Amino acid sequence: MLDDFFVRALLAGIGVALTAGPLGCFVVWRRMAYFGDTMAHAGLLGVALALVLQIAPVFGVFAVAAAIAGALLLLDRRGALSTDALLGLLSHGTLAVGLVLVALMTWVRIDLTALLFGDVLAVGADDLVLIWAGGAVVLAGLAWIWRPLLADTVHPDLAAAEGMRPGRARLVLMLLMALVIAVAMKVVGVLLITALLIIPAAAARRLSTTPEAMAGLAAATGVLAVVLGLFASLHWDTPSGPSIVVAAILLFGVSLALPTVRLGR
Amino acid sequence: MTDVVASAPEPASDPGVPQHRSGEPLVSLTGVGVHRSGRWLTRGVDIDVRPGEIVTLIGPNGSGKTTTAKVAAGIVRADEGRAITRAGVRIGYVPQKIQIDWTLPMTVRRMMTLTGRYGAAEIDAALDAVGIAHLAEAEAQSLSGGEFQRALLARAMVRRPDLLILDEPVQGVDFTGEVTLYALIKQIRDETGCGILLISHDLHVVMAETDTVVCLNGHVCCRGTPQSVAENPEYMRLFGGRAASTLAVYRHQHDHTHLPDGRIRHADGTVTDGHEHHHDHDHHDRQRSGHA
Repeated sequence: MLDDFFVRALLAGIGVALTAGPLGCFVVWRRMAYFGDTMAHAGLLGVALALVLQIAPVFGVFAVAAAIAGALLLLDRRGALSTDALLGLLSHGTLAVGLVLVALMTWVRIDLTALLFGDVLAVGADDLVLIWAGGAVVLAGLAWIWRPLLADTVHPDLAAAEGMRPGRARLVLMLLMALVIAVAMKVVGVLLITALLIIPAAAARRLSTTPEAMAGLAAATGVLAVVLGLFASLHWDTPSGPSIVVAAILLFGVSLALPTVRLGR
Repeated sequence: MTDVVASAPEPASDPGVPQHRSGEPLVSLTGVGVHRSGRWLTRGVDIDVRPGEIVTLIGPNGSGKTTTAKVAAGIVRADEGRAITRAGVRIGYVPQKIQIDWTLPMTVRRMMTLTGRYGAAEIDAALDAVGIAHLAEAEAQSLSGGEFQRALLARAMVRRPDLLILDEPVQGVDFTGEVTLYALIKQIRDETGCGILLISHDLHVVMAETDTVVCLNGHVCCRGTPQSVAENPEYMRLFGGRAASTLAVYRHQHDHTHLPDGRIRHADGTVTDGHEHHHDHDHHDRQRSGHA
């Protein structure tokens, strides 16, 4: 069954959606959408550097995304620029440097479209292993820091006063985001990863009364978007990554139209 | 230094209270100073909080009250001096202001377990104690200022803290609500014997049950029982002669409690149907709208 490219694509998309949903909830709650976008854009630079160093792209993406997150935190603390200006600078700066580097490397043939928008129909069995193993690590890490991170999201001082060690939770969150970006890149590409983090979480919000219900619902919404998007892409011969995002947006629209039935009580 | 009797209008404490105002300090600040962006937010602060003791910080805006409380809570590290928390002390913290983002779904019940795992019975008991048991399933964002402050207090209570740190817990609460919250804080102290570090939002008002008032103004300006601080020349010089006559104390005053089923329990123990109460309000409203 795994021989079929479409089944592999489904499995890859579902694996990413299952982890991006719960993690994306924190991106929404903590207002980190642009932060996530910046880390994702830096992923292209990660691919380019991985090619130069001849290591697997996933390591390059993870390392650069994590480094960008660290740089952001440091620069933000120095307060030279406002946070959103800083994010814009790093986001587009790393994307541009990545594009230039890729163009300079004339000796390798790189499908730039696949990097930017994903190429889920081309995932191999090894990619699948990477996505599901990486996803398991992300979910386990998120479960580990769930309570401290949620307390920090509600009120950092409260979390610190009551022994939650919020600094460590924030650091782990950065690493988990870098990991999700590294494994999701193949599926939706650097430009659309943030959509997979944010849209399912946003769609889940109105139907949830607890953070945990919202995380579960976001994962389910993401899986549904992947399935709908991939079948649509097969049927109408549209690009797969963008089709998944369009499906997610449609689900978000449906969630707005639904009467308020609340889960999580 | 702590003259208990002067501050308390009624017999100071129930005899059954464990470790009341005794024992080693839960937290001890010695010569604490915090330095930020080229200036000292506060300096040379000495404060001890012992089990069963209520210490109230007063002072004008920017006098370092919140900073001092944050050092005591272990949130901010002292740049000068020492802050020692007794080993194994569990802290409950009620911050000055919490704004829960609308995107974060959070019922009052879920808020109770933000920093720890507690059973449904403990949570219900804490919510009942602050009089908002009927709001357990409500969204935290939909609560009024007073209800939210009570929820925050219940959240800190359910932890069974040894040390409760309250940063302006009655801020934004109307007068009746203020009196009720202060009564509740005293009750928590009496029942659990925890130490309480309280920041008062009002320079002229402290709880009657306060053991020690510490008046801050970038440094400790004066300290003592509420009575002795009111008469302190430093305090008068800082806040004017009028302040001395108006350093008021809140007395314990019972109020009614809302039960989970919507009925109301009054101070004398009687329970009445909430509907009658509402009917009254309706009546008033109708009268008022008739005039308008």
